[in-house]
Amino acid sequence: MQRRTLLATASAMMMALAAPALAQDEPLKVGFIYVGPVGDGGWTYQHDQGRLAIEAEFGDRVETTFIESVPEGADAERALTQLALAGNQLIFATSFGFMDPVINVAQRFPDVKFEHATGYKTAENVATYDARFYEGRAVIGTIAGHMTESNKIGYIGSFPIPEVIQGINSSFIHARKVNPDVEMRIVWVYSWFDPAKEAEAANALLAEGVDVIMQHTDSTAPLAQAQAAGAIGFGQASDMAAFAPTPRVSSIIDDWSPYYIKRVQAMLDGTWESGSSWAGIGEGEVVIGEISEAVPEEVRAEALALRDAIGAGEYHPFTGPLNKADGTVWLAEGETASDADLQSMNFYVEGITAQIPQ
Amino acid sequence: MMIDPLSVFLLLLGASTPILFAALGELVVERAGVLNLGVEGMMITGALAGFGAAYSTGNPFLGFLVAACAGAAISMLFAALTQVFLANQVASGLALTLFGLGLAAMLGKPFEGVRAPAMPAGPLRINWIVWLGLVMVPLVWWFLNRTRSGLILRAVGENHEAAHALGYNIRLTRLAAIAFGGAMAGVGGAFISIATVLQWTEGMTAGAGWIALAIVVFSNWTAPGVLAGAWLFGGVTVLQLRLQAAGVAVPVQLLSMAPYLATIIVLVAISARQKFSRRAGTGAPGSLGTNFHALR
Repeated sequence: MQRRTLLATASAMMMALAAPALAQDEPLKVGFIYVGPVGDGGWTYQHDQGRLAIEAEFGDRVETTFIESVPEGADAERALTQLALAGNQLIFATSFGFMDPVINVAQRFPDVKFEHATGYKTAENVATYDARFYEGRAVIGTIAGHMTESNKIGYIGSFPIPEVIQGINSSFIHARKVNPDVEMRIVWVYSWFDPAKEAEAANALLAEGVDVIMQHTDSTAPLAQAQAAGAIGFGQASDMAAFAPTPRVSSIIDDWSPYYIKRVQAMLDGTWESGSSWAGIGEGEVVIGEISEAVPEEVRAEALALRDAIGAGEYHPFTGPLNKADGTVWLAEGETASDADLQSMNFYVEGITAQIPQ
Repeated sequence: MMIDPLSVFLLLLGASTPILFAALGELVVERAGVLNLGVEGMMITGALAGFGAAYSTGNPFLGFLVAACAGAAISMLFAALTQVFLANQVASGLALTLFGLGLAAMLGKPFEGVRAPAMPAGPLRINWIVWLGLVMVPLVWWFLNRTRSGLILRAVGENHEAAHALGYNIRLTRLAAIAFGGAMAGVGGAFISIATVLQWTEGMTAGAGWIALAIVVFSNWTAPGVLAGAWLFGGVTVLQLRLQAAGVAVPVQLLSMAPYLATIIVLVAISARQKFSRRAGTGAPGSLGTNFHALR
């Protein structure tokens, strides 16, 4: 029975080899799924910067992997399952549309912790995290209100979900605050990342006489079109500095590193708990990119003052009196919007004439 | 609120150019009897190569030239597989798309975050490449229908056995058609990176190659039909965005559906015509998608 002996010896050796390996500190495996390619230069790029920050911070104590360009929907469930089966103990799903797949997969892997970006469904092992992009929008809305000459600001929306609608409202409120004649034109492209379509949307807005373009989509295409037409725009998610000083006059940068490092630390300490994080300028998760020299000095100073007031918690971008687009009162004088209100926002504020697509 | 039809038309010209180039190229390929599903892969290759060349040399027109060469070069992979090794065309085409997307993503890393030189506007402030695309439509039509080489190419596509019996070189004809298709797809892709977006990003063609394939079917394999299809697809996209920008409430879903609905209607119309007339067959080339192996 040589073969049996061989097998026995082999398995004994395996045990011997495996035992010390188990005794050592195994690195914490952290997985990510991204909605776009890492090279998108916007949203996904910033999440990947966060992943790299984890590696830089924890070195050998963590091991990270990612799957990029995962379509929202059923495919996401497959990708998440794959990561869970590969032994990842903490998995970040970095797009709104991954919400239901995360909840489904989390039920099947109760020992794995999940973190879902920008969603609203939590569970024992599912936490959500988001950034208060609308705080940044208030700052660039102020710049836009000052910079527009045609008094028409264009806004390229991805999907009509609360996160995007908050941004539109916040931009509009602050643009109108400094320029009462401002109008806002909104185009929905139903994609987070489609350079050709974003370019067409930008062109449609420019043909309408818009001279400042804001975007809640991830490519640089709108900036390229703005440049050709002599209009200006803002970097979205990432700095998009290749387009500075014009057409990119400033940007909203998502910096996920502080949150990612905090959560990985909690995993290592064994103190991870489900919850909903919603941090903004104050915590350094939303960063206003350098304001270029195309912006006059006093406008820059005003924008920076607003940024600092928001960061210090002295000013809330949604402070009453504010009415909804249908004329009903939303916030009374001095009242600020609650987080619950913001997270379910499905209306425009007074002054925006467009309809939210249903 | 009224919108200016001319502004919609000008937007449409730009939006339809990438798919027009790719679809015209694929039209010639399919008329030669080859089904190349690698359009998306060739477009992204052209988008990267063209961007790289335009960025490195500062000359956007050189970028388009390089894109055409790169598209043609990568299409030769497909040609080698299907014409020399007689591999399945559908599988080889899909492989070309996947390979092109992956290769471009990998080789494109150094070009992330930089921008292409601006293109000088052509006559009537319309991009030169848009003009080139419009000129290519009658050229392709003329080639296919009014030249001897075009006749041979169509014969090869309709019935390769017969064409072979007449002494025409099937493999050479198809190689040339595939190279042309690759070059056109490359230019179409480069239009997105050089003229529309001005930056390189992974996956930037975002499915334009598949629309081009659909347009060839929609066109019933004719050059004017390809132009109509490209304008319909481009036009509907632009129109709905333009209406939104003007603040007109439109059911976006309805408009997004329109090109596909139109394709179905056209296909139904074509097959109805066949059923009730004596003329047999659609415009689809008889040998489309089948490999040729000379037995004698």
